[in-house]
Parts: sequence; C-alpha cells; structure tokens
Amino acid sequence: MPSAAGQTLRKVLAQSQKELLGDWLQGQLAASTLRSDLMKENELREQSRELLALLQTATQNGSLERIDGTDWTAVREFLARVSRSRAQQGFSSSDTATFVFSLKEPLFARLRADLGNDAQALADELWATGYLLDRLGLYTTEMYVKGREEVISRQQREMMELSTPVVQLWENILALPLIGTLDSERTQVVMESLLQKIVETGASIAIIDITGVPTVDTLVAQHLLKTVAAARLMGADCIISGIRPQIAQTIVHLGVNLSDVTTKASLADAFSIALKRTDANLSRYSGAAT
Amino acid sequence: MAVVHRSVLPIRSQEDIVRVRKATRESAVVQGFSLVEQTKIVTAASEIARNTLDYGGGGEVEVTLFSEPPRRGVRLVFSDKGPGIADIEQALKDGFTSGSGLGLGLSGAKRLSNEFSLQSKVGEGTQVTIARWR
Amino acid sequence: MEKIPILKMGRFLLVTIQVDMHDQLAMQLQEDLTDRIVAVRARGVLIDISSLEVVDSFIGRMISNIAAMARVLDAETVVVGIQPAVAITLVELGLSLEGVRTALNVDRGMAMLQQQLAAEQG
Repeated sequence: MPSAAGQTLRKVLAQSQKELLGDWLQGQLAASTLRSDLMKENELREQSRELLALLQTATQNGSLERIDGTDWTAVREFLARVSRSRAQQGFSSSDTATFVFSLKEPLFARLRADLGNDAQALADELWATGYLLDRLGLYTTEMYVKGREEVISRQQREMMELSTPVVQLWENILALPLIGTLDSERTQVVMESLLQKIVETGASIAIIDITGVPTVDTLVAQHLLKTVAAARLMGADCIISGIRPQIAQTIVHLGVNLSDVTTKASLADAFSIALKRTDANLSRYSGAAT
Repeated sequence: MAVVHRSVLPIRSQEDIVRVRKATRESAVVQGFSLVEQTKIVTAASEIARNTLDYGGGGEVEVTLFSEPPRRGVRLVFSDKGPGIADIEQALKDGFTSGSGLGLGLSGAKRLSNEFSLQSKVGEGTQVTIARWR
Repeated sequence: MEKIPILKMGRFLLVTIQVDMHDQLAMQLQEDLTDRIVAVRARGVLIDISSLEVVDSFIGRMISNIAAMARVLDAETVVVGIQPAVAITLVELGLSLEGVRTALNVDRGMAMLQQQLAAEQG
C-alpha cells in the first residue's frame, strides 16, 4: 500500500513540472497573501522552480512519510534557507508556510486529472501528498522561527554593544556613560568591554557614569564593584559618578561597601579629578587640537 | 544531554595540572566559549586539580564536552582515593584551608562554575564535579 | 631544570613570565627572585604577566608573597600586564592581590618605580 501511494505524485512531479510551476505561480501571484512589497516576482518564480526540482529528485528515491532522511537533505536545506531569508525580509510565519501549502492546490488538481476515475487510488494519493506537504510546511515554520531567533539575538547583541559605548575623554582617561536598566548580563558585557578598552588605549583612569541608570540592585552593585576591582588589578583606577540619591540610599541599605571606590556627584567632577590625577598637560593637548 | 567528546587525564604530578589546564582550555575553545568564560573554567579546573593532587594524593579527571541545546559546555569530574573531606560545608567556605593555600580553591572554583558538586567519604576519597556552559 | 629568567635593568629587576608555570617553577621563581634582590641590591621588581592566560590562587599567592618578601628587602613590586579575562577571573575567584601594585604595561610600571625612587631620594 504505502509503495503504491505516491506513484502518481512522482509521475506528476517528473512529467508535468512545467505546467505545475505555471499553475502554482499563478495561484501564488493571485493570492491575497502575496507580498509583492517584500519580494520580486522573478525571485518567487526562481524559488518555486527550485523547490519543484528538488521535490522531484527527493521523491524519486525518498520516502513520502519521513522527510528527515538523507534523500530529503537538499529539500530541507533549501526550505531552511528560504525560511530564514523570509524571516529576515519581514514575512510573517504564515506567509512563509503558505509558500509550501499553496503547492497543494495545483498538485491536487494534477493528481485528480490523472486518477479521476479511481477514487480509492486518488484518496490514497491525496493523503500521501497532503501529509508530505504538511510536513514540509511545518518544517518551514520551524526554520522560520529559528531565523527569527537569529534576528532577535543579533539585535540583542547589537543593542548590547550600542548601549555600552566606552569613550576616550582625554589622554589616559576613559568614560563609560551607562544608560538604562542594568541587568546582570549587560553589566558583564559592560565590564568586559571597558577592561578591553583599557588595554587598547592604555588608559589609567576610567569613569563609570551611572546618571542614566534608574535603579541598582545588589547584583548590579556587586558587578560594578568587581569591575572596579578588575580594573585595579590591570593597573587602572575607576571613578563612579552620577550616583542618584535613591541609588545612594539603596547601596547603603543593601550593605554594599563602596568605601574603596572613588565616587563623584557628576561626570564633570569626576573628569576634573581624573585630569588632576593623570597630571594632564592641558596646554599641550589644546594646542594639538587646533 | 548529548556527549560530544569524553576523555580521561591522570593527575599524578604538577605537570599533570598544567596538562589539565591545557586540555580544559582546548575543550572550552571547541565549545565556543568567550575568552573570559575559557579563563574561568580553566582557572576552576586548575584549583580542583591541585586539590586532587595535594589533598587527594592524586587521581584523575574526566573531561566531557556536552551539548544540550541551546547550551554547550564542558564538564570536569575530578576523583581521588584520598582521605576524603570530613566537613564539606566548612571546606567550601572562603579562607578555609587544611594546607598552605589561601583556602580559595573549592569556594573559588564554585564561583567560577555554573555547576558545582562535591561528594566525599572519609577514608574513601573525593569527587568534585564542575561544569560551565555558554 | 627550566628557570624563569630575571633581567636586571639599573636598580630594578624585570621578570617576564611566558610559560604556563607549574607550581614548582613558581616556587623556584620566588626563591631566585629574593636571592637576586639581595645580590644586586635591587629597589624594584617588575613582574610582567601579560602572556599568562591563567592565574589561579596558587600563582596569585606566589605573586603576593614575592611582593611581601621584596618589601621586607626594601624593594617595591609592580605586577604589570594582567589581561582583562584574567583580572575578571581573579576577582571572581576572590583574589584581589592585596598589597601588590599593578600597572598596565612595563613602561608604566617602570615609571611608577622610578617615581617612587625619586621621591625617596627627594
């Protein structure tokens, strides 16, 4: 039985590929789900053609019930690529799955034309084909989600980098203006990029300005202290500036000991003390700027 | 949990500790750890390996590279047939030492790991497991 | 037996640690260094560990010990070139190298020692 089902599908894919492609494209282009704003017609044509060709090869030898075998590798890879690129182009997950599901209509029509008189065989064939396309459609959705996850994690990384700009204020003086809520992971990234920048620039003082940080919890306070300690091990001093009154209260209530750390009310105060400590030669520096 | 790779190294001499550090570093690199993550697990491995040698009279470490998506990590199981630890809670405290060290070995290694466990029976030996993942 | 070379630069000694040290080598360095401090009447010691990828509590303790012993022998110790990943790990480990001065690189460390010496000689 299972070997019989799929025979017509194989035949249709092998012999009527051109007609199938024509019908399928027509259906896709007419559908209300078409996203001509996101994708050009010839790109859609190319993808449809490629999938049909790959399906033909896969169905020749491969099982129709399982798509995880080696016969289906090329199809899977193709669908993964299409899904990911569509995820990045901004298609929704149903738009993307529809690409595969929309093949049902032209394919079923061909099967019906071929097996019109044999109701039993047609039912078997439709079941096998439907099952296969459902599998492929679900796989597409899965890959789409993966693609989205990649987009999300890339954006997270980018945001992380954007939100931790280490800037050089003066010769030997770095500043790290922190803005927004600090969670443990972000503080860790901040810490690493600050220490890395200290090595790169050879700075001897780093100012961590937390004016833009609304709250500090114990974990974050401890991370800040660890940053200061790590910088000290490397031979650089840290100054923490811009501590808001509420944060000062929290820090004391939490029992976090900041007594070993230089703290200043504002970034300007911190900068001025940093200039004094590094013995900056202001006239030379301003002279060089002109 | 899928085990990607597993190997066993002896800890019989100080050179072996260096080898454990090297093997841990290589495993962490294979698993795609960042430099900081590599350094943390290597340092933790070094601490425990020294304990195995100094207090356990030598032993071995089993290094396992594992993958449990989305995590990938390195797990190290140190075992010795030494005298064992009578008071585990005390041994895990900062500053506790029965030897000449700073007493940061166990507690420090615990802080540097995502997973830490210690089993010990007096007179039979000690097994310390540490793991870190990304 | 392998040894870590100790270079003399004026009144200072420079040690560059480039190998992943086993414990015996670290102990040996501690001994050699104190001997040399006395032999050349050194006033400062620079320990460059920028090539070290791991500093565990044993090596950390060795460094603290060297600094303490050197101070007794009237020489100041500056540890230079601790890498960010190593610094973060040391802090997490709970090791702050109390009493050890640090600098970003050999140049800075040298300047630090010279300043100190100049201040003493007034």
